[in-house]
Amino acid sequence: MTISRRNFLKVAGAAGGVLLAGGQKPAQAAVPDADPKGLEFYGMLIDTTKCIGCRSCEEACNEKNKLAKPDVSFSSETVFEKKRDTTPEAFTVVNKFPNPKDPEKPIFVRKQCMHCNQPACATACLVKALEKTPEGPVKYNKDRCMGCRYCMVSCPFDAPKYEYNSNMPYLKKCVFCFDKVKNGEQPACVEACPEGASFFGKRRELLEIARQRIYQNPDKYHPYIYGEHEAGGTSMLFLSSVPVEKLDLRMNVGNTSYPEKTTGFLYAVPHIFILWPTFLFGLSYLTHSKDKENGHGEE
Amino acid sequence: MEKNNTVAFPQAKSLTGADTVKGFFRFVLRELKPKGKILTPFNVISALIILGGLILIVIRFAYGLGSITNLSQDYPWGIWIGFDVVTGVAFAGGAYTLCFVVHILNFKKYEPILRATVLNGFLAYCFYAGALLLDLGRPWNVINPIIGNAFGYSSVLFLVAWHFLLYTFCQFVEIFPAVTEWLYWPKVRKYAKLCTTGAVIFGITLSTLHQSGLGALFMMASNKIHPLWYSGNIPILFFVSSVFAGLSMVIAESTISHRVFQDQISPSHHASFDDILLGMAKGALGALFAYFFLKVIDFVHGGHWALLNTPMGYWYLVEIIGGIVIPIVLFTIAILKNNVRLVQVTAIITALGVILNRLNISVIAFKWYSVNRYYPSWAEVWVTAAVICMEIWAFRWIVSRMPIMREHPAFPDEENAPHKETEVVQWKVSAS
Repeated sequence: MTISRRNFLKVAGAAGGVLLAGGQKPAQAAVPDADPKGLEFYGMLIDTTKCIGCRSCEEACNEKNKLAKPDVSFSSETVFEKKRDTTPEAFTVVNKFPNPKDPEKPIFVRKQCMHCNQPACATACLVKALEKTPEGPVKYNKDRCMGCRYCMVSCPFDAPKYEYNSNMPYLKKCVFCFDKVKNGEQPACVEACPEGASFFGKRRELLEIARQRIYQNPDKYHPYIYGEHEAGGTSMLFLSSVPVEKLDLRMNVGNTSYPEKTTGFLYAVPHIFILWPTFLFGLSYLTHSKDKENGHGEE
Repeated sequence: MEKNNTVAFPQAKSLTGADTVKGFFRFVLRELKPKGKILTPFNVISALIILGGLILIVIRFAYGLGSITNLSQDYPWGIWIGFDVVTGVAFAGGAYTLCFVVHILNFKKYEPILRATVLNGFLAYCFYAGALLLDLGRPWNVINPIIGNAFGYSSVLFLVAWHFLLYTFCQFVEIFPAVTEWLYWPKVRKYAKLCTTGAVIFGITLSTLHQSGLGALFMMASNKIHPLWYSGNIPILFFVSSVFAGLSMVIAESTISHRVFQDQISPSHHASFDDILLGMAKGALGALFAYFFLKVIDFVHGGHWALLNTPMGYWYLVEIIGGIVIPIVLFTIAILKNNVRLVQVTAIITALGVILNRLNISVIAFKWYSVNRYYPSWAEVWVTAAVICMEIWAFRWIVSRMPIMREHPAFPDEENAPHKETEVVQWKVSAS
């Protein structure tokens, strides 16, 4: 025998230790806490009962983010004929839905990035190009992005959009006017809203306001705040007069945060990094020690 | 055979340690020249495919991904990820499975095909990494997660990327002795061989994690994948299926290369080849069984009975019956009857089943509800074919020059000797 049991254990232990140190990193899964710096997330309450479909928010967003002018002007109502999704050139869009309660008054619903409390995209990003800020917005560091589009695969709301027709493409989505919010200002779309349908504030306060509105006007509001629990909670909160599934707000996203779906796997990584090599070393030692005995026998 | 080998390695003597650097480069340049007939049907067709692929790649980088692919805001990943990477990596699983069997379990029977399999795995990883770069919007930033410009530890993709990189390196270490034999560097070869066991153990661990990691990538897409395919066990399913995917690919691939490189194979290896294929069929059968039961448990726990009687349900049955149940039955018959031909046919069916499974998860059952379905464009398929052709060229170039299929006359196969000096030394080194 050229290896003693003690030596073997030493090697196995050292290998396990080194690999553990390497493998532990993913387990620290940097899921941002609700308020790591004692700050509270900002959010936006979108009261669809107040929205008149004027699309001021779209226009303000377009200007703020210096996006290409759309083919159809912002004052045109023809865009409501088809349901629209956000695009690399439109970070927020307003869609029109029939109102079962009052056919005269259609319901208008905004669509944009939901700025999840624990965003799937930020967890998915391997270069931290997408980051949940302590203020709440999920911002985009374009210089880091390598364009793998795993964020698009992961996002339960399909918020990130990609510039497929560019040779220097970026990811495009609403970043909640992070530069403005950081300085205590309101996002451009909220500033532009003439009806107060988009309402900016601390997420906790917005939830209180939303609940208050539901309690005070039980006939007007459907008693559900979309975004309170969806995907573990989002910064965008929606109130409506009808059940939200009629408004194309996704109900199949579940209430657990998306990063949690992969933590089980990531936490198993260091275990495998200890157990596998130890087991393999042991097994290899056992199967090969027979050879050596045979070899010695022949000698 | 001995005679053949000396002919095959005419440079063995000329490239001793005393040779100059200049001599080394002259030797490599000489080796770069193609051998054999150039204008064969395969060469002409594959050359045209590669040429066309290169033109398409230039267009892709000049005008963006949208210019030649059918990717959309709904389908950010197409077949360049779903087939080239997710399926290709599963097929490369044969390398770590065989390494486990030969180096760890010490089954020497499979040694003759080990080098070719590891080489295939290594080339597969190199070319998939290349194909991956085509799919990245800003490929030059791929360096960011490696040099530490903001590590996204929490990302499964971060884990997969690093393990991909490290495992490719491990495979290179595993195949490196063949390179040293080709260059006739006996001293380097001695040290290279010492690293093998470590590389194998590290490689198997990395493989376990990134094979299952590829499945874990889709865990955050839980609300986008059809419930018949989505499961919390995707990582385990991906890992187990990579075992039979890899073994089936090794069976299929070695069947072909045995025909193509017939002149390189020693008579003793020829005689044992059927036995090797049957043995691998047994391994694949075991993994298929395990996978089938995992699938059944997932299905029953998920309570998906009602979904079976839908179009997606029928498609699911095609995958389960065609890709798992039929291979299980056929492999069993083939093993019972020692029918090598049936093993080879079944291996191909199994491989098709794996392709189906990987494409289902990444493309077909992904956003199955979407109105704007994704179909690969002809250009995407062409580029994929070009990548495969390039890989075959690289494989052929290496096999016709290095001792992959055959043994180098100067380095007799000491692995098969009952008393192995190298193995003892390996243990001494790893213990100190």
